[in-house]
Amino acid sequence: MEFLVSAAIGLLTASGLYLILRPTTFSVVLGLTLLSYAVNALIFFGGRLGASAPPLILPGTDGHADPLPQALVLTAIVIGFGMTAYLVALALKAKGESGNDHVDAGEER
Amino acid sequence: MSHLPILPVLIPFLTAGLLLATHGMGTGFKRAVSSISVVALVVVSLLLLIESGDGSIRAYRLGDWPAPFGIVLVTDRLAAIMVTLTAMLAAAALLTALSGTDTEGRHFHVFFHLQIAGLNGAFLTGDLFNLFVFFEILLLASYALLAHGGGVTRTRAGLAYVVLNLAGSALFLIALGLTYGTLGTLNMADLARVLPMVAFGDQALVRTTLALLVAVFVLKAALLPLGFWLPHVYTAATLPVAVLFVIMTKVGIYALLRVSTIGFVTAPFTADLLQPWLAWLAIGTIALGSIGALAAARLSVVVANIVMISSGTLLLGVAAGGVNAYAAMLYYLVNTTVVTAGLFLLADRVSRQRGAVADFFEKGPRMAGILATGGAYLILAVAASGVPPLSGFLGKIMVMQSLQETSTAVGAWAAMLLSGFVVALVLARAASRFFWEPGLPDEEASTPEPVRQISSNTGSTDAALSGMIACAIVIVLGAAPISDYMRATADQLARPAGYVEAILGDSPAIRRERRP
Repeated sequence: MEFLVSAAIGLLTASGLYLILRPTTFSVVLGLTLLSYAVNALIFFGGRLGASAPPLILPGTDGHADPLPQALVLTAIVIGFGMTAYLVALALKAKGESGNDHVDAGEER
Repeated sequence: MSHLPILPVLIPFLTAGLLLATHGMGTGFKRAVSSISVVALVVVSLLLLIESGDGSIRAYRLGDWPAPFGIVLVTDRLAAIMVTLTAMLAAAALLTALSGTDTEGRHFHVFFHLQIAGLNGAFLTGDLFNLFVFFEILLLASYALLAHGGGVTRTRAGLAYVVLNLAGSALFLIALGLTYGTLGTLNMADLARVLPMVAFGDQALVRTTLALLVAVFVLKAALLPLGFWLPHVYTAATLPVAVLFVIMTKVGIYALLRVSTIGFVTAPFTADLLQPWLAWLAIGTIALGSIGALAAARLSVVVANIVMISSGTLLLGVAAGGVNAYAAMLYYLVNTTVVTAGLFLLADRVSRQRGAVADFFEKGPRMAGILATGGAYLILAVAASGVPPLSGFLGKIMVMQSLQETSTAVGAWAAMLLSGFVVALVLARAASRFFWEPGLPDEEASTPEPVRQISSNTGSTDAALSGMIACAIVIVLGAAPISDYMRATADQLARPAGYVEAILGDSPAIRRERRP
C-alpha cells in the first residue's frame, strides 16, 4: 500500500513537472493541477495510511486518524483551486492580447 | 493580553473588505479610506516597534488555544522592524498611487490592502502553515496588482510570475507535508523543541524537508538560480506596485532568517544546512545583479537589478550567521529597502519629465526641475552604491566586517566591492545622460516644449520620493540608535531558547502520540 501511494504521488509529480515545462499555457495549467493533486495527496498521507480509524475519539475505539492533515489539505485544496482559476483567467487574457497560447505571450514561435 | 499584534493584519483585511463592499462609491471615498487605514497602520507598527523595544517576545494566541495546537502571532524586535518597514513602504506606495495610478484598473486599493495584510501576517506568524497561508494571500494580491494597468508586457511578466510562484507554493506544501509527517508539528517554536529529538534514521529525511523549505524561501528572495523572474516583474509593474514589491524579496529573507535562527541551529544535524552553498549562491546573485545592471538600457531595470544585488548581500549575512552578521544585515536591509523604493520613484520622475525617451539611457529633452531631480538622484545614487557618507556605505561596511571570519570572506568581499563599483559606475553613466548632456533629439526640436511639463497631479508621487530620501538621511543620521536596535534584535535572534520559552512556556509537557 505504501509503495502504491508513494509511486502514485511520484508519478503525478513527474507528469506535472513535465507538463509545466511545455511551451503552451494550457499544458502548464494542466501540469500545475497534477502537481497540486500530488501535493494534496502527500499532505493527506502525512497523517499516515490506515483503514477504518475514526476521525474522532469515540468510546470503544482504539486509535483515531490524525485530524490535522485533513484540515491542512482542505486549506491547500481551496488555495490551489483559487490560484488555478486565476492562472486560467490570466492565460486567457494573454491569449486574447497576443493571439497565441505560448507561455512567452506574443513571442514569435 | 494586548491586542496590538493582530492589528497589523486586521486593519488591512477590514479595509480591503470595506472597500470591496463599497466599490460603487467614488474614487475620493476609496482614497480616503485607504489613506486612513495606512496612517493607522503606521501608528500601530510604531507602537509595536516601541513595545518590542524592551526585548520581550510576546505570543498572541488566537482564540486562546495553547501554543503548539492553536495559531500564534509572535511579536519580537525582528517582526516589529519588518512590520514598520512594510507600513512605511505602504505609505509611500499609496501616496504614489494617489496621483492617478489607482484609477487605471479596478479594485487597486482592495488588492493593495490584501497585499499588506499578507505581508504583515507573514512577518508576525509563528506557525509554518500559517506562513504558507499568508504567503498565498500576499502572492494572490501581488498577481492582481502586477496585472494592474493592463498591457501585454504586464500579462507576459504576470504569467511567468504566477506559474513560478504556483510551482513554489507546491514545493512549500510538499515541505510542510513532509515536516508534519516527520516531526508532527508545524509550530516554529515546537519545531525547535522537537528537532534535537529526531531519531537517527529520520534525520536525512528531515534535513531534505528543511532544504525544500529553504528552496521556497530563496525563490522569494530571488537567489541565483531562482532569481531570473525579478527584473521582469519589477519593471513591468506600475510604480506604486513596484515600490510595494521592494519588500517582497525581503519576505523570503525574513522567513529564511526566522526559520534558520529558531529551527536549524537547535539540532546538530541541521545546524550546517545553509553551509557553505548559500554564501556562494549569494555571491553569484550579486554578480548576476551587477551584470544585469551593466547591461540594462533603462534606469528602472538598473534599480530592479540593485534589488537583486541587495538580496544577495542580505543572504550573505544570513549564511554567515551570528550576532554581528544579523545586526549588520538588518541595518542594511532597512537601508536598501528605503533606497531602492526611492530609486523606483526617481526613475518614474525622470521618465515623466523626459517624455518619449522615458528613463532609457538616450539623449532626451532637458528636464524642468533639473536641480531637484538631480539632487534627489545624487543622494539616492550615493546611498545605493555604498559611497560614503550615506547609509549604503555604513550598511555595507558593517556587513563586510561581520563576514571577515567566514570561510567565504574573500569571495564575499570581492563581490560586494565590485558590485558597489558597478552600481556607482552605472548610476554615474546614467546621470551624465540624464543631467549633463540634455538636448532635444533633432526630430523633436521643432515642436516646442513637447514633453517637459510635469502633469499637475503628481505632487503626491514627489512627496513619496521626498519621504524616501528623508528616510535615507534619517537612517544615516540615526545610525547609532538604529544599529543598537538591530544589535539587540540580533541578540534576540541568536538566543532561540527565549523564543521557544515565550511561546511554549517554561517546561512544555506536550503529550503527543508516537508516530509509526
